[in-house]
Amino acid sequence: MKINLTLKIRRQSSPDEKGQFRTYPSGPISTDISFLEMLDILNERLTREGEEPVAFDHDCREGICGTCGAVVNGIPHGPAKKTTLCQLHMRHFREGDTLVIEPFRARAFKLEKDLVVDRSAFDRIIREGGYVSVNTGSAPEANTIPVPQNIAEQAMNGAECIGCGACVAACPNASAMLFVGAKISQLALLPQGGPERSRRALAMVRKMDELGFGNCGNERECEAACPKGISIRNIARMNREFLRAAICSDEE
Amino acid sequence: MKLDAKIPGGPLAEKWDNHRFASKLVSPANRRKYEIIVVGSGLAGASAAATLAEQGYRIKNFCLQDTPRRSHSIAAQGGINAAKNYRNDGDSIFRLFHDTIKGGDFRAREANVYRLAQISNRIIDQAVAQGVPFARDYGGGLANRSFGGAQVSRTFYARGQTGQQLLLGAYGALMRQVKMGKVEVFPRREMLELVTIGGEARGIVTRNLLTGELENHAAHAVVLATGGYGNVYCLSTNAMSSNVSAIWRAHKKGAGFANPSFVQIHPTCIPVHGEHQSKLTLMSESLRNDGRVWVPKTPGDKRPPNQIPEAERDYYLERKYPAFANLVPRDVASRNAKEQCDLGKGVTETGLAVYLDFAAAIERDGAEAIRKKYGNLFEMYERITGRDPMREPMTIYPAVHYTMGGLWVDYDLMTTLPGLYALGEANFSDHGANRLGASALMQGLADGYFILPATIGNYLAGTSSEPVDPGREEFKQAERAAAERTARLLTIKGKRTVDDFHRELGRIMWDHCGIARNCEGLEKAQTLIPALREEFWHNLVVPGRGPDLNQSLERAGRVADFLEFAELIVEDALAREESCGCHLREECRTEEHEARRDDEHFSHVAVWEHRQNERPRLNLEHLSFEQVAPGRRSYK
Repeated sequence: MKINLTLKIRRQSSPDEKGQFRTYPSGPISTDISFLEMLDILNERLTREGEEPVAFDHDCREGICGTCGAVVNGIPHGPAKKTTLCQLHMRHFREGDTLVIEPFRARAFKLEKDLVVDRSAFDRIIREGGYVSVNTGSAPEANTIPVPQNIAEQAMNGAECIGCGACVAACPNASAMLFVGAKISQLALLPQGGPERSRRALAMVRKMDELGFGNCGNERECEAACPKGISIRNIARMNREFLRAAICSDEE
Repeated sequence: MKLDAKIPGGPLAEKWDNHRFASKLVSPANRRKYEIIVVGSGLAGASAAATLAEQGYRIKNFCLQDTPRRSHSIAAQGGINAAKNYRNDGDSIFRLFHDTIKGGDFRAREANVYRLAQISNRIIDQAVAQGVPFARDYGGGLANRSFGGAQVSRTFYARGQTGQQLLLGAYGALMRQVKMGKVEVFPRREMLELVTIGGEARGIVTRNLLTGELENHAAHAVVLATGGYGNVYCLSTNAMSSNVSAIWRAHKKGAGFANPSFVQIHPTCIPVHGEHQSKLTLMSESLRNDGRVWVPKTPGDKRPPNQIPEAERDYYLERKYPAFANLVPRDVASRNAKEQCDLGKGVTETGLAVYLDFAAAIERDGAEAIRKKYGNLFEMYERITGRDPMREPMTIYPAVHYTMGGLWVDYDLMTTLPGLYALGEANFSDHGANRLGASALMQGLADGYFILPATIGNYLAGTSSEPVDPGREEFKQAERAAAERTARLLTIKGKRTVDDFHRELGRIMWDHCGIARNCEGLEKAQTLIPALREEFWHNLVVPGRGPDLNQSLERAGRVADFLEFAELIVEDALAREESCGCHLREECRTEEHEARRDDEHFSHVAVWEHRQNERPRLNLEHLSFEQVAPGRRSYK
């Protein structure tokens, strides 16, 4: 089946320029294609017509790399639940719909061009302790420390985060707490993360604040937008880890 | 070109130990004087960069993506093999080695593969210590499953996202070294040239993808961990940015390219639906455990699957291979799907798909049991196709997935260019002519965590630690070459887009150098590819400017390299007049239409040497098998 849409896309040629919405007819679009394939088709047409194509980030196109993302009609990654933009298919839209397409916006995410933003702030947070400090070769035999199955599963629930930034874009405060909470939870739950638990929570939260991300206001927008369905339990666990470290540990 | 694999002496099981002892060391105090460039931040690149930094070397790490955590290793679903034998089911290092050699159809080096099996166990130890949340049993120990027809359960996994979890582990290790100031990460950088000084690798020229600026980076050694080249077929399971450019640039500077035609085609992917498809999605092989593959018996039968009675269906894998049936290896399953479609029995509008039917399994085990087993895969399928496999059969078709070929490396992972190393899928690897499931993650991490850090001293110890000056003439020359190529792409101002050329190249490769190859088709490709390349350089249109974020320009550079590289694949496929693993030459089949390997003439690695304005020269590394006698594969 084919549908025709109106695309209102926010264009901005460089970080310092002023952005503006441009309106494009989609032309007849098969409902079997993905959202990004629709943008591909638009870009092919713009190229042939001599206009610069819309810059957007994407890579694996199977919902795991976390590269893609845009706000579609006010919702990061668009209307389908637990679905990245690359996995969103056009059958979710109807003939004649208007789609407003904008980049992920947050103070900590600098806009580079069109729909491309700089999410390196996430790397800077992970750098502060989103890992276990273990050199290659020094690991004990893998089954030395048993980990209860339900604990491993809960750790995996946090570890599934793809670092796309939709949580930040969805949050009225541009908070990164779902992202940070997911990593802190994964490593706090597993025995391997134990020794650095306090230091990690303090350092990552401090860096998050320093980079200009806001605070959680319990709106739960992040959870609703998360393409991996990461629960805000992880934010609660992060707060607990932070408090525990701030009050009970001797870490600075 | 001199090919010395430098396989250490001694019994197979002692070679790696002997070699590590015989290898040269750089003293800990001197390591900080050496700078190493690592291109790529996937499993191999990130693990190598982090480990070399832990040893004390200064590392510069480059990646295309906005952060190293997005490399395509992240998309690996199934798992990672190791010879732990936790299940006490008869596994051992020797068995993993044996299965890998046999699975590769006897086209890999015994010594390398044995080392891989030895190291596999320490990879699991390392990942667990990093906090990788592998699946566990109720007792708290690590869980295993069997994978890809293996007779032992040796695959470790983290739901369907094992690649993601292992990559994030390696990324964490890398970020830790960044924090400590030992690694500098350069995201959104594309390597455009390799720089050699006196015949040795000494640096790279990169393009900053945000600004378009060209940058020169000097080092004492260069490590390429830039992944596979499956996107030469345009449609593949690879990420959109996966490309051949880094290793192709290195090849043109003197690194031998091994077995380029060894391309693995995965049998269970979601079929192509139309012209504008950008990507093929893999559905886990585990589906074949319960799904039955079939096509209508009558060519051109376009009735919906549920209206085709049992008697008019051909369960061709069960019919032809009664012993293995739907569980035949990847290459056999892929080939047979193509054969059925070539007979006109393919289903869907395109005629390029076969059914994978769960009706019998649902009737046998109940809907609940099947949903529990495959629920997440069914959801993924439904998200993409809009159809529910519980109600109607899935449609599947083979797609390009993994490339066993790559830069030739010796036992130290060094290419034929001194100071240049290749890791992971970028090297010609340990998988021979066919890779087993759950072995890619194992190889990438073995290369990066354990092998390169132990062998790179052999080169660096004999190399002066004087800093390399990026202002040297060699750098300027390489930078000029890169700048000229980029400028040329922008000034053609023709009519056809990059994607248009890429799609046509993909069609040529898929039709003539895909699942099955023959002399006539390959020779045809040899005329079509240069003609398309010629048109590309006269009729391409690249919008936008050079000094800017310009994604069309990025793709144009990659497709330009694919257009050169494609010819080498075809040349290699023509030269290998046998069928082995993924490579089926239609002329080389048994009377029963099965693959016929020719050990007498082709028990070798084909290593291609680039020559300016001349056809590439073929060099051979002979393979001998002392531990596993080459046998014939049969699945009847």
